[in-house]
Formats: sequence, C-alpha cells, structure tokens
Amino acid sequence: MTALEPLGKARFRADERVTMSHGGGARAMADLIRKVFAHHFANPLLDQHHDVARLDRPEGRIVVSTDGHVISPLFFPGGDIGSLAVHGTLNDVAMGGARPVALTAGFIIEEGFPLADLDRIAASMGEAARKAGVPIATGDTKVVERGKGDGVFITTTGIGVVPDGVEISPERIAPGQAILLSGPIGDHGVAILSARQGLEFGTSIVSDSAALHRMAADMIAAAPDIALLRDPTRGGLSATLNELVEGTRHGMLIDERAIPVRPEVASACELLGLDPLHIANEGKLVCICDAVDADRVLAAMHAHPEGAGAALIGHVTAEQPGFVRMTTRIGGMRVVDWLSGEQLPRIC
Amino acid sequence: MKYVDEFRDRALAEKLSAAIHAEADPARDYNFMEFCGGHTHAIFRYGVQDLVPANVHFIHGPGCPVCILPIRRLDDAIELAEMPGAILCSYGDMLRVPGSKRRSLMSAKADGADVRMVYSTLDALAIARANPDRQVVFLGIGFETTTPPSALAIRQAADEGLENFSVFCNHVLTPAAIRHILDAPEIDPEQAVRLDGFLGPSHVSTVIGSKPYEFLAEKYAKPVVIAGFEPLDVMQSVLMLIRQVNDGRVAVENQYTRVVTREGNAKAQELVDDVFELRPTFEWRGLGWMADSALAIRDKYARFDAEKRFPISEKTAREVKSCECPAILRGVKKPKDCKLFGKVCTPENPMGSCMVSSEGACAAYWTYRRAETLAEMALEAAE
Repeated sequence: MTALEPLGKARFRADERVTMSHGGGARAMADLIRKVFAHHFANPLLDQHHDVARLDRPEGRIVVSTDGHVISPLFFPGGDIGSLAVHGTLNDVAMGGARPVALTAGFIIEEGFPLADLDRIAASMGEAARKAGVPIATGDTKVVERGKGDGVFITTTGIGVVPDGVEISPERIAPGQAILLSGPIGDHGVAILSARQGLEFGTSIVSDSAALHRMAADMIAAAPDIALLRDPTRGGLSATLNELVEGTRHGMLIDERAIPVRPEVASACELLGLDPLHIANEGKLVCICDAVDADRVLAAMHAHPEGAGAALIGHVTAEQPGFVRMTTRIGGMRVVDWLSGEQLPRIC
Repeated sequence: MKYVDEFRDRALAEKLSAAIHAEADPARDYNFMEFCGGHTHAIFRYGVQDLVPANVHFIHGPGCPVCILPIRRLDDAIELAEMPGAILCSYGDMLRVPGSKRRSLMSAKADGADVRMVYSTLDALAIARANPDRQVVFLGIGFETTTPPSALAIRQAADEGLENFSVFCNHVLTPAAIRHILDAPEIDPEQAVRLDGFLGPSHVSTVIGSKPYEFLAEKYAKPVVIAGFEPLDVMQSVLMLIRQVNDGRVAVENQYTRVVTREGNAKAQELVDDVFELRPTFEWRGLGWMADSALAIRDKYARFDAEKRFPISEKTAREVKSCECPAILRGVKKPKDCKLFGKVCTPENPMGSCMVSSEGACAAYWTYRRAETLAEMALEAAE
C-alpha cells in the first residue's frame, strides 16, 4: 500500500469512475486503494501492509467506538463526509474521556461514483486525521451496484485510551451539577440544509465539524472529576439532554437565553420553522461537572478555538425527574422534548 | 434578528405580564380562543401561560391545517401518490399524519410511492417541469394564508401550458369554522364552550384583512384581537382582549398593525378569486361537514384539478375510537381530558390529528408542558 505516485503525475483520469471491478478483489481494487486511500492516509500503521493494524499495548483502559456516516450532500459548507467521518468518531472516543489512538475506515462506494470525488473525500479524511494526530490504521473497500448506494457510505471505528482516575459516565450525573455547552448550536445542521438540493439558500454558516479530543483532554486536566461529556450530534442538544435524564431520578433546567445560537442559524430556523435545539452539531460538546469546577472547565474550553463560545447553560435538578425543562426567553417555562420523527418544516 | 428579537424581549414581557395581572379581574375567568395553531405553538414554546394569571385561559381552536384535514382526504392523497408514475408534492408537516390503517404519506413513500417534501408551490412546479413524463400532484392544504401560493402555481402552470401539474385542493376558510364553533351550542348544548373573545388568525388576515371577523363582534358579541405570532404579540393581544371584556366593549381590534390592514391584500384576494370558488360543503376533521367552509378549483382551471383529472375511489374512513380530537378541536375539551393522551397517543404514535401536527393542541401539551399535564392527570385520576 505504499509507493505514492510521484508528485505531478496524475493518479487517475479526470473522468474516471468507480466500477464493480474496483470492489472485486482484483488488481483494480489494489490500484484504487493504492492511488486513493494509501495516497491520502499514508502512515506507519497502514504501511504495515497487513490486514490488521498492530498497536502497542497502552497504559490505561481501552475504549472503542464505531459510527456509520451517511450524509446528503456529501460536500457541504465547512466540510464533507470524509472529514466528518474522522471528527465524528474521534469525538465519540474523546467523549468517553479517552485519548484517541487509531482509526479504521470502511467504505461502501456506489458503482459509477466519480473517482475525483472519492479522491477529494479521501484527501479530506487524511488531512483531518493528520491534523488530529490520529492515524487511519486499517480499512476496507466495497463497491455496490449503481442504484444500491448513495454515492459513498463511510464507517469509521476509533480506538482510544482512558487514563486511570477518569470516570466519565451518565451514572455520575447528580443534582446541583452544572451543564456547560462548548459553543453555538445548529451550525452543522443549517449548513447541510443550506446545501441540500431544492433548498439552497445563501448563508455564511459553515459546519462546525471539528475534532474535540484536545479540548476534552484539557477540560479533564482542569477538572478530572468531570461527570459527563457528550457531543450533541443528531437530534441536537435536546436529544442529548433527554437521553441523559430519561429513566433517571434527576431532571435538568436550562436557560434559553444562555444557549448560544448564531443569528444566521436562528434566522434560518425561523424561516423553516425549525428549533435550533433539535438541529445537529458536529463540533460541540456538552459537559456536566460539579458546580464548583464549572469556571475552571469553562476556562479550559475558552482556551481552544472549538470552545471559544462556551457557556454555562443550566443545572441538573432533583425536581421533575426525567424531564429537561427550560426557562424561555420571555421568562416562561417549558419542557424541552425529544424530536418526534424527522424535524419537518411547518406549513405556516 | 431584527423585527423578531424585539417581540421576545424579557423586560417587555415582564411589563406586559404585570399589566395583565393588574387589569385581569380576579373575580372572573377569561376564556380566549386562539384559532391558529401558530398561536398555540407560540404560547407553549415560550411558556406564555406562566406569565398570565391562572384565571386567563387559552382555549385552543381548530386552526391547524394539518389537524383538520379529514382522514378520507388524506387517504385520497395517498391514493394519488400511489398512481403509477405520479409524484406527490407536499408541505413537510403533512407527511407523518396517519390516515386509515395508520398509513401516512411517509409510509407510502417507504412502500415505493414518489412523495416529495416541498417548501413552496414553486418547487412543485419545478419538479413538474423537470419530469415531463410524470404526473406531479401538489397537495394543497391550509387556510387563507397558503391559498394564494396554490392559486399562483395553477395560474403559472396555465400560462406555461404545463400539462403534467395539478393541485389536490383542500384549502379551507377560517370565518366559517369560527361561526360553526359559535353556532354549536344552539345545535347541541353539550358542545357549548364559553368563550370571552378570540385571538384572531393574523397570517390569515394579512391576506383577507380584519374585516371578515367583524361578524364575530356584530352577530355574536365576541371581542376579537387580530394577534401576531410572537410571544409579546400574544401577550399584548391578551391585554387588549381583557380590556375589551372589562369595559364591556365588543370590537375587532388589530394588534398586528405592522402587517394587517382592515381590507387585507387585494392582489392576493383577486388571485384566489380567479382560481378558486366556494365548495358547497367540506368535511373538517373534528368539526364535520360545514357549508361554505372550503375552496374548490374553478372549472376554467379544471385541467389542473387533481380531483377532476384522476379517478379517486369513494371511501369511508373512521377516526380512532375514544380519541377526543373532535372535542379538543372545538375547544370543548383539553388534551388531558382524553383517555388516550400520553398513554397510547404520543407524537411517536399519534392516534389523532391533534397529536401529530406540531401545532396541534395535544402535541403542544405533550411537547412543552408534559410534566405539568401528567401531574394534573394523575391528580384528577386520584380524585
């Protein structure tokens, strides 16, 4: 899988497309892997030329997390499915309090998919992994017949190590703890909507897709006793918080005015009749920690570009167990619920 | 957001709340019906109830277009979507509503029908242009607000000679429904709901003006305030209604002066009048058949009328037994009075239309005030 093509030499024709033979295990597949994936992902683990990646035994406990990425459109303002597949899994590992060690990547590609687009996605993945300092250690490629896929699906698995003494778990959430949010919500979901066919609208909003493991490590260093970290991806902030209170003996009370939302995101949501609390994020995290640690953790978040907009948005309560409630902008009170089904724009 | 944030300002809300508390007579109740689902949504989303005294009651009316579309018409829409080669275009919130046998447009899509969510009628026209060999049907629903865009699409299709576009028209009229609710006690005293005034549907009035509601004041002696949809609009309108009630006045007042005039939008009215005519009668989910309460496409545009263009089978459809949606839509009952609420009927598994639409009263109680409602229900059950 080594042998990068010399710079300047075209690795494939501009109009070349993925064919069934690229998934057939023959020379075409080896070529595809060499010219696209190995070219962009190159690292010592991958270069072992083995079906497995051999990792040194780390100190601490191992965590593993896997995530399938299916997104339309594949390219959107601020990212693409490739960088998203890296960030999403790194963040899942980091939310377990772990330092990510390696990633794996599985590709399901639809016959006829332009090789140039695949190359762009692989380049973006390679760059995201390099920036994060986490190698893509091994992978897999399959090709499905035209019409049986949607361009490209990517599954990534992340392996990480949790340092001793760190116990991040929903079971440690308790009344009185502070709820912190690392920045404005809804950027990713609105960026995707703005690029979706039939709905293209002009906006300066770009996806917040980012790797959060370095910020998470600094937060843990500032307050090793953090109870919980979670990235509010699909279902948005409301789903994340509801997941954490459902079936428990505590509730949450958040303040609408404290939740950061960019004006452009708020406007787009108004226009479409959507609630920013339900919109997906790909570069934000929620942290629950003891109230006395809140300022220290916030300072650690503010020190990173990904946490520049971090804010204290509420507290865990003993009242109304199982419910997330919110003091509204005008001073009323309401339940913040799970999204039911898909979020659909209102008629009027 | 300019022109939005000002109407969600905490300090102003507190001032209005204080004024409402000061002026509401504690010795009586105030029952105000908000006709529009948009108002219901705003009241719950911002917790407006918490800022008015307990004797000011919001009665939720039938003004959610998704809630009042009868199952039979929804079944028709699904049948149109399943015609070979058809593309059915619909606004998003219609897709999840269950019809007969709990089938929705979304489940029809999962079964292979080509159902597409659109954001405007112009999107549906674009789909028709792009698919000349397919029949594109737009599911037209909604009150006076969404009717002009449907009319515009039909006129544009006619101008372009677009042969593969039609509208399945289910547009309905607000004044007829309000009249029906107020006449209901005369027909059946058990259907009586005490109303002291109406929060008038403001987006509807941007099209038809405030004039069509003057009959409420003149004939039924009910105060009306045409109210905007922001929380402070609603609160100010409540204050205006309280003042009318306290003064013994009955008038149509306009709180939403930044958009609504007495006469409305003449151009939109002409457009609607050119394309649509009154239906002699139309069925509303929960309210039954009502004369002059809906629109049909005029004969001169018959080739764009899906009902005339395609055979739709006659069918009967039944509501779920013991679902209280009909009484809730008339304001006679509250969601907590329904045995199904929160038990078998939730937004994930809606039994009736009030739960499926985000603007329906049941969905609003479930989504935004579930904790309080379940506590009240438990208390009532214990009694």
